[in-house]
Amino acid sequence: MSSTIWSRPLRFTISRCASLALLALSTQFAAATVLPEERADVMYHRYDGGDVTVDGPSVLVRKNIGEKLSVAANYYTDFVTSASIDVQTSASAYEETRNQYSLSADVLNGKAVYSLGYIRSSESDYQADTAYVGVSQSLFGDLTTISFGYRYGSNEIGRNVAGVLDPDFNEEMKTQGYTAGVSQILTRSMILALNFEVVTDEGFLRSPYRSVRFIDIDGSQALQSESYPNTRTSNAASLRGKYFLPWRAAAELGLRYYTDTWGVRSQTIDVGYTHPRGKWTFDGLVRYYQQDRADFYQDLFPRRNFANFLSRDKELATYDNVTLTVGASYEFRIPRLAWIDKSSASIRYSFLTVNYDDFRDATKSLGKFGVLPDEPLAPGAEPLYKLDASVMQVFFSIWF
Amino acid sequence: MQSKQFGTTLARTLALVLLVATPVFAVSTSAPAPGFSLPTRGGQTLKLADLRGQVVMINFWATWCGPCRQEMPLLEKIHKKYKPLGFTMLGVNVEPDPKAAEAWLAKEMPVTFPIAFDTDSQVSKLYKVAGMPSTVIVDRKGNVRVIHKGYKPGDENEYLAQIRALVKE
Amino acid sequence: MRAVLLAVIVTLGTGACSPIEPWVKPYERENIADPIMAFNRDPISQAYIDHVYEVREAARGATGSSGGGCGCN
Repeated sequence: MSSTIWSRPLRFTISRCASLALLALSTQFAAATVLPEERADVMYHRYDGGDVTVDGPSVLVRKNIGEKLSVAANYYTDFVTSASIDVQTSASAYEETRNQYSLSADVLNGKAVYSLGYIRSSESDYQADTAYVGVSQSLFGDLTTISFGYRYGSNEIGRNVAGVLDPDFNEEMKTQGYTAGVSQILTRSMILALNFEVVTDEGFLRSPYRSVRFIDIDGSQALQSESYPNTRTSNAASLRGKYFLPWRAAAELGLRYYTDTWGVRSQTIDVGYTHPRGKWTFDGLVRYYQQDRADFYQDLFPRRNFANFLSRDKELATYDNVTLTVGASYEFRIPRLAWIDKSSASIRYSFLTVNYDDFRDATKSLGKFGVLPDEPLAPGAEPLYKLDASVMQVFFSIWF
Repeated sequence: MQSKQFGTTLARTLALVLLVATPVFAVSTSAPAPGFSLPTRGGQTLKLADLRGQVVMINFWATWCGPCRQEMPLLEKIHKKYKPLGFTMLGVNVEPDPKAAEAWLAKEMPVTFPIAFDTDSQVSKLYKVAGMPSTVIVDRKGNVRVIHKGYKPGDENEYLAQIRALVKE
Repeated sequence: MRAVLLAVIVTLGTGACSPIEPWVKPYERENIADPIMAFNRDPISQAYIDHVYEVREAARGATGSSGGGCGCN
């Protein structure tokens, strides 16, 4: 089965979702009445799991211009080497590079901060452009902060065939996001934040590479293209709290509830602890994520063209994900460089385990890279897939 | 009909709220500065009354407050410049534990003006400190003449102008 | 009407005329101002890990928070 056209299902999701996560760079105000800190960070990041390796650098610089303006720029790259389960059942391992550039500005005006930013992500078959604006206002003696944000994204999707872009394949999708949040200082030692986000996507929302499997008339399994709705609206609500412990440490609890028009429902809960000790700061986080599948997702469809919409994207399956993260950071001075107020070296490790309830390891029936297994299992009888991954972050930071 | 009633109610509510909400300062300009007695960096006790006859600029600050740290070197300059003319800067550190302030002053910001420690926030409460940093300038007779909340680069010019005027009295 | 209500809340809240006295005074913020109490202590790291989750999960959004800090100026 020559199907190099199906070679890259995972990367599609990386680029599509990239810009959203970068918005974390914009919501980092310490308080709505002081500009964010001036700092620069250089990071090496690495993800290893499910026969996929993604690593690369990230550089972030934030500088004040005058007393009311703070600008930040980020350069980020993912070098992807993928032989993921989707790729194994369809064709050949691939390598890809995704570059992301972002620029943002925050303007301080009394007790309000106005932000705007732009993110561009590009790889050989996917271009994503996102622009966002936001406002954050401090109220009630700086105990309450309300924030609103809007973003608009426009993405162009291509398809690589045998390593070359298919000139006849040009798809688009647009996305809009609305955020509203309020944070409240409850006591001298406790702060709580509530956030809401609505995202609407429109256009070409599936992967050009992935296929679904079904039982053909003759009883064997066959593949056909995925088919997705051309809109998706999602709602997320989260509550986060931080508590200052008397021996100087911080405990954190986060809860998030998510639903969308594709039928996906998920809950996220995370518990964290930060403990400084001299020049060191240690932190740990346990995160539990549980998701119920999209309406049109199935691991194996009973026949061809089972429904209008078909998907076998494991990201839309029913599963749970437990992640444990530990980190350590060491603060130091560089005496020769007086313009640097302080610096730190940090390392963070995360261990993820994902257990799928309705996604099976189809390599046991379809084989790997077109090579059938010695004793292929019957379709639908393969074991449920389980994914273990480790994530490493190493970064140096300077404050000036 | 209903919207008219609502409009009147809203207007009345707003008026009432504005009336109730007029802030009442415990310290207001031209009123005597409340007296206090606090321990200082040297280990002595400082009484505001002892400084009567000088122009005193009381600066409420903390090590965790960025603008406060930014302001310090300028306060030191002001103190040095006007001390011979009968002026003194007085830093009041509002942290419950003076250790952080002492360490920071020793390592990063040696200052020559007196620093007092308001560890139980009594003086901050007395002066109804409403922002960090806060500056109160007291004239030679012991009356409050200037109240300034916060610090933005450029504020020191205001301070210099105000002190120049008060020192002449 | 809703706009009026919002305007009232913002005006009251920004301290221009505020009947609600902050119960955590500006000089009592040392714990909240501590860097370990920031929701997003290392933005470069938070952005990256949010990206790792978002790529592998269907859920998106509601991950950022602002507020807290020293409340200075």
